Amino acid sequence: MNGTNATSTLVDRRAAMRTAPPVARRVRGMSDRAIAWLFILPTMVLLLAINIFPLIWAIRLSFTGLMANLPNPARFIGIDNYVDILTDEDLWTNFQITAHFVFWTIALQVVIGLGLALLINHKFRGHSFWTTVILLPMMLSPAVVGNFWTLLFQPQIGPFNYLIGFFTGIAPSSFTMIGSVALAPWTIVLVNTWMWTPYVMLICLAGLRSIPDYIYEAAEVDRASSLRQFWSITLPMVLPFLMLAVLFQAIQAFVMFDMVNLLTSGGPGSTTELVSITLKRAAFEKWETGYASALAVILFVTIFGAANVYVRALNWVKQQ
Amino acid sequence: MRMNSTTLSLVCAAGTLALTLGAASSARAEGKSLTMCWAAWDPANALVELDKDFTKETGIEMKHEFVPWTSYADHFINLLNSHSSECDLIIGDSQWIGGAAENKWYIKLNDFFDKNNISMDTFLPATVVGYAEWPKNTPNYWGLPAMADAVGWTYRKDWFAKPELRAEFKAKYNRELEPPTTWDELIEVSKFFTGKEIDGKKVYGSYIFTERGSEGITMGVTNAMYNYGFDYMDPEKPYHMTGIVNSAGAAKGMDVYKELFSCCQPPGLTNAYMQEGLDAFKSGEVAMQMNWYAFFPGLAKDPNVGGDKIGFFMNPKGPTGQFSQLGGQGLSVVAASKDVDDALLYVKWFAQPDVQQKWTDLGGASASKAVLLSDAYKKSAPYAPSFVDTMGIVKDFWAEPLYVPLLLDMQNRVHDYVVANKGTSQQALDALVKDWIKVFKQEGKDPS
Repeated sequence: MNGTNATSTLVDRRAAMRTAPPVARRVRGMSDRAIAWLFILPTMVLLLAINIFPLIWAIRLSFTGLMANLPNPARFIGIDNYVDILTDEDLWTNFQITAHFVFWTIALQVVIGLGLALLINHKFRGHSFWTTVILLPMMLSPAVVGNFWTLLFQPQIGPFNYLIGFFTGIAPSSFTMIGSVALAPWTIVLVNTWMWTPYVMLICLAGLRSIPDYIYEAAEVDRASSLRQFWSITLPMVLPFLMLAVLFQAIQAFVMFDMVNLLTSGGPGSTTELVSITLKRAAFEKWETGYASALAVILFVTIFGAANVYVRALNWVKQQ
Repeated sequence: MRMNSTTLSLVCAAGTLALTLGAASSARAEGKSLTMCWAAWDPANALVELDKDFTKETGIEMKHEFVPWTSYADHFINLLNSHSSECDLIIGDSQWIGGAAENKWYIKLNDFFDKNNISMDTFLPATVVGYAEWPKNTPNYWGLPAMADAVGWTYRKDWFAKPELRAEFKAKYNRELEPPTTWDELIEVSKFFTGKEIDGKKVYGSYIFTERGSEGITMGVTNAMYNYGFDYMDPEKPYHMTGIVNSAGAAKGMDVYKELFSCCQPPGLTNAYMQEGLDAFKSGEVAMQMNWYAFFPGLAKDPNVGGDKIGFFMNPKGPTGQFSQLGGQGLSVVAASKDVDDALLYVKWFAQPDVQQKWTDLGGASASKAVLLSDAYKKSAPYAPSFVDTMGIVKDFWAEPLYVPLLLDMQNRVHDYVVANKGTSQQALDALVKDWIKVFKQEGKDPS
């Protein structure tokens, strides 16, 4: 009796499960598709509101001569803003300054970041302590970094000039990192590298830790030298991670604003005026809203296009 | 005479009523407050002190919102532009007056002045034009001159008095070591001091403004350029700038400023404005300093470099004249304020002669003729005589609604040439004319 009852209960339950109404029927008669939309909708609305709408709005404004500090309505001026930007020699100079900053920042971060990751990948005494110390700069706010490096670079009282003077014999107050036309572009590269190399190191470290030990063991059996192991195993296997780090850091450097603005304000002259600083000045100091929108659109297209090409390259490397 | 009981009762009732009404009125006033907006600097502290009298007299509490100079314009122009009621009263920069008038950020004060017998004739003419009028040189008033200011110079009187330095200077230049009266002398004296060791420290000749982000280098370089022939436009042909802004004289003025920067500015001060100048002077790093007169009361009292150690002189003259950059601000009522009547009451109170006197006594700088032109004022402080003279020779930057792009264009062109050695002064000014023509065209004005 008991066995028959148990069997029939199980059958009933299975039958009930087979015939159970979809979730939607239990939620006031909504279809599964409607419920799916219900879950997706808030995210889509948020995305449209904070990403897509401002982008479309900026594109629209880029074809107007709007100045947000004047009560006049936006006047349609066609592609005048784009022509102004693309024919402005000063702006091209600023693009060159940005390219210099991005290139050298990335190059130094990759070399130093990978080197640090290789070091940290080995266990040694004080390993955790040094890892924490290396990671400290990227935990700081760019505003803090900009301000305290300004102090460090002070020719009279700053320790940086003192150290350079101590090791080279040059009088500390005879040169200025921030105020010199020749040194200022390298100063912003130096500070940005100092701040963001730990980030590259972390990503590389993740890559190094993902390489199985047996590959190195097999290489050692084959009597491959350390250098050979690095070129044939470590580098190829870390490369996708490294490329990802380069992508993130290139975007970060391309839109860098706060740290450089605090450190040099784009000076001396316009020797460190990155495009992001030009954009901010046009939008919120000169109030050339239409012009600034056009510049923002150009920057967006540049970064988006370059990132797309790069991601394709990254996928190709991964497949290899 | 004895009062009868009815009279006594009436008097008592009237007294009680008066006291009740007075208390009620005071209680009402106590609940009120006004927000005054300005820059965060020494004179603002004096204003806080002064405003205690206004609160005492009217029961209206005064709140203050002071913003550092570096973000002063950005912050308050954004507020005004968004018709915020955060400020009831604003001590706004002289350059804002055009935009404030045309965009109706400020209340026009002509009727109010007429009704309350406030005459603009009682203020120095340059301050009325600079801080109150739009369009310029027309009797349309949008503010009350509040803080008279201009660029002047301080020097280390004790260093200039050192016998060995005086002798060395005399031997070298065949004249006495005195505060310079021309830009040529300024460069000469600056070069003389640069590199000298005084009081055990290497010193530099002079400090000048070089700040790039807001207005600094423009407020500095114009002091040289005005005196070599620079002007903003053809006086006969409004907004016509070609050949005026980029005249050979204007370019020479820029060269002179660059020479002074290159020879005699302390290292590192390539993006420096008021505070950096004060620091350089107070720390005994420079022999002479360009700065706004508003800081001079504080410097005169400074325990390290004030008193007998400091001297003051006017901006030196050049081959075509002697002018100085106007600073300072006017007091205006914000149109979006929710307490316009109380704000106007404050303006009326502030315009009173005794309040103007106290404002100056506390460390502000009244623009009232009665205060500034009095003998008492000229004898009141070592900088006072040169300040009064300077206020008679001031020129100001554009005060157009689009003054910000005009200013930033000049900042860029001047900084590029003076600090970053880019091109020549003539090229910088030619480019500046093109920039300005573009801005004026945006504003709908004809600069041709």
